[in-house]
Amino acid sequence: MAWMGLFFFLPLLLVFVISFMMRGTYGGVEWVFSLDNYAALLDPLYLRIYLRSILLATATTLLCLILGFPLAYYMARLPAHWQAVWMVLIMIPFWTNFLVRTYAWIFILRSEGLLNTVLMEIGLISQPIEILYTDAAILIGLVYGYLPFMVLPLYAALERLDRSLVEAAADLYATGWSRFRRVILPLAKPGVAAGCLLVFIPSVGAFITPDLLGGARTMMVGNLIQHEFLVVRDWPFGSAVSFVLMAMVMAGLWGYLRWEGRSWLWR
Amino acid sequence: MVKIRFLGVQGVSLGALAFLYLPVAVLIAFSFNDSRLSAVWQGFTIRWYGVMLTDDALLAAIGNSLVVGLCSTVVATILGLLAAVSLERMGSARGRLVETTLVLPLVIPEIMMGVALMLFFVTALVPLGLLTITIGHAVMNVPVVMVIVRARLRKLDPKLEEAARDLGATPWQAFRRVTLPLLVPSIIGAVLMAFTISLDDFIVAFFTAGPGSTTLPLKVYSMVKSGVSPAINALSAVLIVVSMLLIAVSLWFQRKGGVALFRE
Amino acid sequence: MADKPASGEMTGNRMDTHMDATRSRPLFRYVYVLLVVFCCAGCEQAPTTNGPARSGTGAAQTLYYFTWSDYVDREQLAGFEARTGARVVVDTFSSNEELLAKIQGGAGGYDVAAPSDFMVSIMVREGLLAELDLARIPNVASLSPWLSDLPFDPAQRYAVPYLWGTVGIGFDSAVVATPPDSWEVLWDPRYRGKISMLNDQREVFGVALRAMGHSLNETAPAAIEQAKRRLLAQKPLVKTYTSENYDNLLAAGEVALAHGWGGAVARAMDERPSLRYVIPREGATIWADCLVVLRTSRNKDLAMRFINYLLETDVAVHTTNRLRFASANREVKDRVDARVRQNPAVYPPEDARDRLEWMVDVGDAIRLYDRAWTELKMR
Repeated sequence: MAWMGLFFFLPLLLVFVISFMMRGTYGGVEWVFSLDNYAALLDPLYLRIYLRSILLATATTLLCLILGFPLAYYMARLPAHWQAVWMVLIMIPFWTNFLVRTYAWIFILRSEGLLNTVLMEIGLISQPIEILYTDAAILIGLVYGYLPFMVLPLYAALERLDRSLVEAAADLYATGWSRFRRVILPLAKPGVAAGCLLVFIPSVGAFITPDLLGGARTMMVGNLIQHEFLVVRDWPFGSAVSFVLMAMVMAGLWGYLRWEGRSWLWR
Repeated sequence: MVKIRFLGVQGVSLGALAFLYLPVAVLIAFSFNDSRLSAVWQGFTIRWYGVMLTDDALLAAIGNSLVVGLCSTVVATILGLLAAVSLERMGSARGRLVETTLVLPLVIPEIMMGVALMLFFVTALVPLGLLTITIGHAVMNVPVVMVIVRARLRKLDPKLEEAARDLGATPWQAFRRVTLPLLVPSIIGAVLMAFTISLDDFIVAFFTAGPGSTTLPLKVYSMVKSGVSPAINALSAVLIVVSMLLIAVSLWFQRKGGVALFRE
Repeated sequence: MADKPASGEMTGNRMDTHMDATRSRPLFRYVYVLLVVFCCAGCEQAPTTNGPARSGTGAAQTLYYFTWSDYVDREQLAGFEARTGARVVVDTFSSNEELLAKIQGGAGGYDVAAPSDFMVSIMVREGLLAELDLARIPNVASLSPWLSDLPFDPAQRYAVPYLWGTVGIGFDSAVVATPPDSWEVLWDPRYRGKISMLNDQREVFGVALRAMGHSLNETAPAAIEQAKRRLLAQKPLVKTYTSENYDNLLAAGEVALAHGWGGAVARAMDERPSLRYVIPREGATIWADCLVVLRTSRNKDLAMRFINYLLETDVAVHTTNRLRFASANREVKDRVDARVRQNPAVYPPEDARDRLEWMVDVGDAIRLYDRAWTELKMR
């Protein structure tokens, strides 16, 4: 407890306090109370970064859901030992270092990279298409990075699903779509919610992916924080930015718990 | 009808699997490509592996990562275990509050943690370096250990410990001789997970690193940023293959136990 | 990334408690799969344990050197290690701002760093540097006279010039048919997606300011604002802002025009002979990266020996041949390979000299730059 207090809550508190201070000309902190940092955050410039991050994270979450749901559903219907095999197969790429996995996409997406080389070779395109250093590249990187976070809880939820319910629905002449919407989806809802949360939280605060795949042309909140701390050296403002990010995530979490009808994280 | 739909689902699933493996496979293949820049195949070579093995800075980074990983795991395991056990003994209302606050580090964005720790160390005049990275990782990992151990702890029958007490064991003896051995599998799991998290962490290390404390992820980051030397393809390939081999071996070892686990 | 297993675990646990009442089967499976998976991932590192076990050099000293990411040359450092028995540990940065942030941010253990000219004056003012003992750096005698009398530190009290050069445009003459002589080419829509810019706020604004006929060191808000607008207009054409791998991008043909430091462009020429370098007629930055000893260094004696070593003529010749940046040692130019000496990216032509400008600290106006730079990156 004391450990976490010292090295976790105290630092968080420090961020909170510093976010109300002012910056010295060459960095550092001037210990003068001010609300300037939060006022500055209302600037459309910064609001847009938050909005961008939320949009990108939402898109990532949706894509993961679209890709992950059939996968999890398929896995849940396999015989038990195949389920284990698929589970392992899905996890294998994720033992590899995150940076290495991100790098792989740079290798594939750059304009003289594999994708363009192959597409040009087979004559599908005549000019290399520019994907690397665009939002599309960031999106690919994020989906790739966080897909398992979606698949695992979905799988856990779907695996529990009683197949006879689906069959019963079929017997009652429910169409495929309505079986999905009326039976499968509601039962999988907790898994969907957990998966979305697990994908959304790391995506919205992502730093590496936009940095490496976005080519430093655009920013997400994570990059703004890094930028404020390590380039501009405006610690107080950087603190305010991070604090708002954390508050956002906490609000999302709280909403999720409320929706789940629980007041605590675990019970 | 149902069959066709299921085939569609299978298609998407196989596609998703391909999506997961394609980049990894590409990296491995091209780590043997005899060209410094091009993505066009120009012949087979293993020289990038040589380049990788003679890179002092890279080896030093691996060393740093292992040191940080081991130390932070030891600290996190001890503290996490203590937290899990003492939580179990707390009243439910207070316990819940404490537990919820303790697991917060799992749900706040990592970058927030990096920033907070950096500010804290700088304000406290702790010089940044391996020590600060280790502390950072230990902070990240205490809740991980706690959650895993606690999941197991909750499954244990409290009567076991009570029985030991009835037989005259002190509380400490009862814990040591009865509870702890039962927790061992979960502790091993927690240790390995904490170690892995530490080895994979970039963000916290990025903010709390000091002179000469470049860890493997930091090194990979600078390699990625500063160019397209195929040595990094070789490094990636090694990391991927080693992990695959080990999962294979370990699955083979615990085939019986493993399948039983999945079945149970 | 690192919270991946953790959060996975969290869900597992949550479900666990959810369903405790019913059956715990799937939960078990889920948690254990994660565990197995991570056990194995954990084991992964074990075999490498033996790899990096550096033979303990015992009481040998260690020198911490903080320098630009493209200033690292293993052979050069090995020479110093062989001579002194000390070990040199190198960390790198990619902009002066990053250097300052790290040093101010508590990375106090570095002995020697390589800030550029204007950053030296900031670091002096912030009290981050130790005074040099020139008696222990006899090689300052061989500095080029014009470099040993620079305004930010005229008598080498805190900093010794190390490498110098210019900022210009590296371009692929096979793509850019008419050799450009103006920064305006970086606004040419024909090269959309084929342009890279430094990821360095002062340098990038310097381009726009010079292109508009201002000084690099402009402090007038209106001029900076105008420069920002020009750069925003340019942004759609820019493929990436990077200070680290534009030489690779040029060599691989990913970009045809790169705003960059001469030496890096010179290195890329080895790989792609059609590359050229130009210092635009509107003028550009001339810079000198200096060697300084940090105030917090615990080994100032070794630090000064290291600086002296780097300035040694033989070492400096090797450095310039390898890194393709001109040495501040005046004897080096005549002794480097001819193709290095004759390369305008390394040694700027004499007629370019009078359009080069030093970057100086802009004081409080840096906030305007900070803000404008953030805005540029944001949009």
